Amino acid sequence: MRETGERPAEDRGAAEGATPVIAQVTELSCASNSGEIAVPRGAPTPKGHPEPRVPQTLRQKDRGAQPAVAGFHLFLFPESPLLKRTPLFDTHVAAGARLVDFGGWEMPVNYGSQIEEHHAVRAAAGMFDVSHMCPVDVTGADARRFLALLLANNVDKLATPGKALYSAMLNEAGGCIDDLIVYFFTPERYRLVVNAGTADKDLAWMGAVVAARALEVAIQPRRDLAMIAVQGPRARELFWQVRPAARAATEGLGNFMAADLGELFVARTGYTGEDGFEVMVPAQDAARLWAELAAAGVKPAGLGARDTLRLEAGMNLYGNDMDEGVSPLDAGLGWTVDLKTPRDFIGRAALEKDGQRAAFIGLKMLDKGVLRGHQTVTTARGAGEITSGTFSPTLGFSIALARVPLGVAAGDTVQVDLRGKPVNALVVKPPFVRHGKPLI
Amino acid sequence: MNVPENLKYTTSHEWVRTEADGTVTVGITDFAQDALGDLVFVELPEAGRNLAAGESCAVVESVKAASDVYAPVAGEVIAVNDAVKDAPEQINGDAFAAWMWKMKPAGDLSSLMNAEAYRQNIAAQN
Repeated sequence: MRETGERPAEDRGAAEGATPVIAQVTELSCASNSGEIAVPRGAPTPKGHPEPRVPQTLRQKDRGAQPAVAGFHLFLFPESPLLKRTPLFDTHVAAGARLVDFGGWEMPVNYGSQIEEHHAVRAAAGMFDVSHMCPVDVTGADARRFLALLLANNVDKLATPGKALYSAMLNEAGGCIDDLIVYFFTPERYRLVVNAGTADKDLAWMGAVVAARALEVAIQPRRDLAMIAVQGPRARELFWQVRPAARAATEGLGNFMAADLGELFVARTGYTGEDGFEVMVPAQDAARLWAELAAAGVKPAGLGARDTLRLEAGMNLYGNDMDEGVSPLDAGLGWTVDLKTPRDFIGRAALEKDGQRAAFIGLKMLDKGVLRGHQTVTTARGAGEITSGTFSPTLGFSIALARVPLGVAAGDTVQVDLRGKPVNALVVKPPFVRHGKPLI
Repeated sequence: MNVPENLKYTTSHEWVRTEADGTVTVGITDFAQDALGDLVFVELPEAGRNLAAGESCAVVESVKAASDVYAPVAGEVIAVNDAVKDAPEQINGDAFAAWMWKMKPAGDLSSLMNAEAYRQNIAAQN
């Protein structure tokens, strides 16, 4: 047996004559578990921001190298990725997690069976360590003006404290820098949550926008916080079982609403298509909260299940379904772009000039086999490509999202090149599953 | 990692059991199923097909990736295990019980590894 569909593991051997450790450490812009805040080199330092410090708790999972400088707990293989760890890393190891490199973070892909974890979320409750994602507090007199300019969706729609919306953040060409959720508290105080692999890039971009327009805004990445997503029909009930004091303030939260309770930030959001909460706590409280949720019956779930759940729910994954070269209009995100008011935002002009140039569709496999990213899709209108594909545990067959020529529509049959063989797939409108039931 | 003593192994992570009647039974190892993760599809060769040693003749597909499976020896396929086609997760549950196909071997098994050699082989991969 030889795997044909997976990227090779990174080589971890140390090379002769490698770059000295200290020179490499100063190139890094990642933050530690202990809450130190790091700022990308070259990015403008936001007002009130502490000086960047060299992270001390990074680990390279591996054998052999000696730290080059006494006092640093760093073991560095120059040509290998330096993997960051969340406050829950030891918990995952103790639970027998299979760990992988996800965007530079050493994360659990499963704790045994990703399919079992997927089913647990749809049937009852599962939880994900999403501490690799980055909360970013945006504060100041110009906070609202800044975000109205920065984001394709319109924060002016947010009037109730705690209300959130999902948005793309675009570059001047209308391409997606990231997708994120933004929570409103006051016109001078918002919280964003950005993706793990793009956090450094996002922070640099935001800082540059603030500086270029001389806005009175502070941008504070909150690496002192951990985040646990508790998801499933029983998720909220089990969360309240372990945090009864939070119930009164969070029971009334509607969808896409959050409560900032100081030591706990609770949002009724998620990436699974199920009900639930995404909970932020100080990093040092994460392991205890996780353990208590587990004891209450919430099943630990890894990135494997996270991917099958979000794809069933028709939710995009940045880096797969869209990236800096892709307009939100071509990634099924037109509904998140607010062009209804004459608001100026970065990328607007490009979107209005180019419009939608591709169709973004769902696919359902009619035969055995798994649709996967980058596979070629042949349609009556020409060729396209799968952007995300997987096996759907809830449906029992493979599903995918794909970018294809305009004019391809639900009900069409297309061919997908599966490892050299053409197979038929049916075009469907996502999402594929809602409330645990098939929609397609 | 489970590596039964009474089986032979290939470097591509197939196991081989010689039966009393001289036929061989083939599957993929515990190491292989662990690396692949949850299996969702299995393709098996047809009974009657003649295989060359090392010929790609089956596929196991997990959520994560698809993998080819190779004939450990030359010979004729005499039976396939339809049960694993219907329930691929059986291979994850017990890779050595969830056999994939049986063959009438044309050659000998001398090129295959014993359990100790296979254990060393997979240890070297970590």
